[in-house]
Amino acid sequence: MPDKHSRGEVRQFWQTFSGNQLAVGGSVVVGALVILAVLAPLLAPWDPSRLDTTRILAPPSNSHWLGTDQLGRDVLSRVLYGARISLAVGFVSVGIATLIGVLLGSAAGYHGGMVDTVIMRLVDLMLVFPRFFLLLAVLALLKPSIWTIMTIIGLTGWMGVARLVRAEFLTLREREFVIWSESIGAGTLRVVFRHILPNALAPVLVAMTLGIPAAILTESGLSFLGLGVQPPYATWGNILNDGKDVLEIAWWMTLYPGLAILITVLSYNLMGEGIRDALDPRLRVARVGRIIRLGR
Amino acid sequence: MLLFALRRLLLSIPLLVGITFVSFLVISLAPGGPLDFLTPEDPNASAEVKQRLIQEFGLDQPIYVQYGRWLGRVVRLDFGRTFLPDGKPVLTKIGERLPITLLMNVAEMLIILGFAVPIGVLSATRQYSLYDKVTTIFVFVGFATPDFWLGLLLMFLFGVQLGWLPISGLRSLNWEYLPLWQQQWDFVSHLILPIAVATFGGLAGFSRYMRQSMLEVIRQDYVQTARAKGLSERAVIGKHALRNALLPVMTILGLSLPGLIGGSVIIETIFAIPGMGQLMVQSVFSRDYPVVMGNLVIVASLTLVANLIADIGYGLVDPRIRLGGRRRSR
Repeated sequence: MPDKHSRGEVRQFWQTFSGNQLAVGGSVVVGALVILAVLAPLLAPWDPSRLDTTRILAPPSNSHWLGTDQLGRDVLSRVLYGARISLAVGFVSVGIATLIGVLLGSAAGYHGGMVDTVIMRLVDLMLVFPRFFLLLAVLALLKPSIWTIMTIIGLTGWMGVARLVRAEFLTLREREFVIWSESIGAGTLRVVFRHILPNALAPVLVAMTLGIPAAILTESGLSFLGLGVQPPYATWGNILNDGKDVLEIAWWMTLYPGLAILITVLSYNLMGEGIRDALDPRLRVARVGRIIRLGR
Repeated sequence: MLLFALRRLLLSIPLLVGITFVSFLVISLAPGGPLDFLTPEDPNASAEVKQRLIQEFGLDQPIYVQYGRWLGRVVRLDFGRTFLPDGKPVLTKIGERLPITLLMNVAEMLIILGFAVPIGVLSATRQYSLYDKVTTIFVFVGFATPDFWLGLLLMFLFGVQLGWLPISGLRSLNWEYLPLWQQQWDFVSHLILPIAVATFGGLAGFSRYMRQSMLEVIRQDYVQTARAKGLSERAVIGKHALRNALLPVMTILGLSLPGLIGGSVIIETIFAIPGMGQLMVQSVFSRDYPVVMGNLVIVASLTLVANLIADIGYGLVDPRIRLGGRRRSR
């Protein structure tokens, strides 16, 4: 992006962004979470799947800061390893969603006409399905592995990006620099990828930042139902699933993984909103995307 | 106006067909077809069930024939029978579950609107005040709170620790023996926690949106004009500004419906409420495909209808929409 924007714009973006304390705080936490997730094998005090029958459902103590679960496994270590899954699912599924959204959105916005109509009807159609019902229907048929989960969350989450990109393309298509490059004979692909797309990236970036927490919430919801990432992988959702049966005697299994989700989602949202505000006024469209996300 | 409503209605017919197509596609996605999952160990996989499946989906036919035949039956609302031993028609099963889910979603919608509008308006009129800051924090935390986690915490606090509210199902065990008014209260008290949880996230989103919409509207010239002609602040905000600020919020209401309905899956599972969401989870676990497909079609069609109502309602209150004939700009 930097090479397409003047230096002044980047500096202005940075000034606005760094002035927003909440956004900076959110970004710091996001960074820390990524480091924690990457270093989980080094940081985790215990092996997350090590069973210890002498310490079943032990409350938080010095050796197990966040207590243990029904099988005597260390909750802290499981939460740390869970961060790896959650972040991976967030990144990969948003990557898939963005790819599909950008491709379909630019096709619709650039070609217009019939292509546009068909793609936008498809977007409308996908949006009519409550996401959880659609995901569950697919999961009735496929064995839920971490890859299945990433893919289907991506496949059901591209509509916002497609709309954003299309809207950007509709305005950019009419701009002088695009018309000029077309008039000197630049091919469609060149015009789309070199001239239009780089200028439409800002709102996509925001949509991605805000899409990651949404995907994390979705994944943890599925895992909580027992239909997401399966054991032996520890994820925040399936720790909560284990914990719900023993809520009355082992509150720590419910409190901490949930807090981890809350903090993660909150920081991403703060960071994303900060980026959006710093990129404003170019970003009116992003608001619509954000609201669509509202329903999770 | 009638023309506008009619046009919206016609436009949703292709979507309805699309819904059935996607639902059908999902079920044919399974590698090897749905039969593949019914392994010999599976108690559901008796030869009879297999035969029924093959017949129902016409699995020996080309895929477009299969779709055509299935669609022909779905149009008559015949979704086949469940795989479960009771063998009830899918429509009957859904019919048993639908009312409570609808009731809860409508109640949630009304509660969200009832709270979000005043919260948002107050935030906007006192921008940057302490009240505004507190609600902003609430909004961000509300956005980030997983509903199932909040549900568990509230169950623990109000159900287990304090013992104030029931935490599962719709009726207490002794329901039959309660006098009528207590039966009513019993039912309502079972719904308090689930509805509170379902409302929480949506409330955060809507009050934020209401605030933004209001902030944009109070800067408009016509609001200044209303002030200039000497109307009280109350009339300016409560009538002139509020009505206009509500318009975009109505659109969002329509857009967020699928999310709210989708939330039923988790809420109903946690609180053991026998609605559509719980039915969906149960049938996914038991791989009861006819119910899964029927559920998907019905839920999506309901969302479509709700969107249609929101659209037409939008056209009713905002003549620009119905005269322009174009869908709301995005």
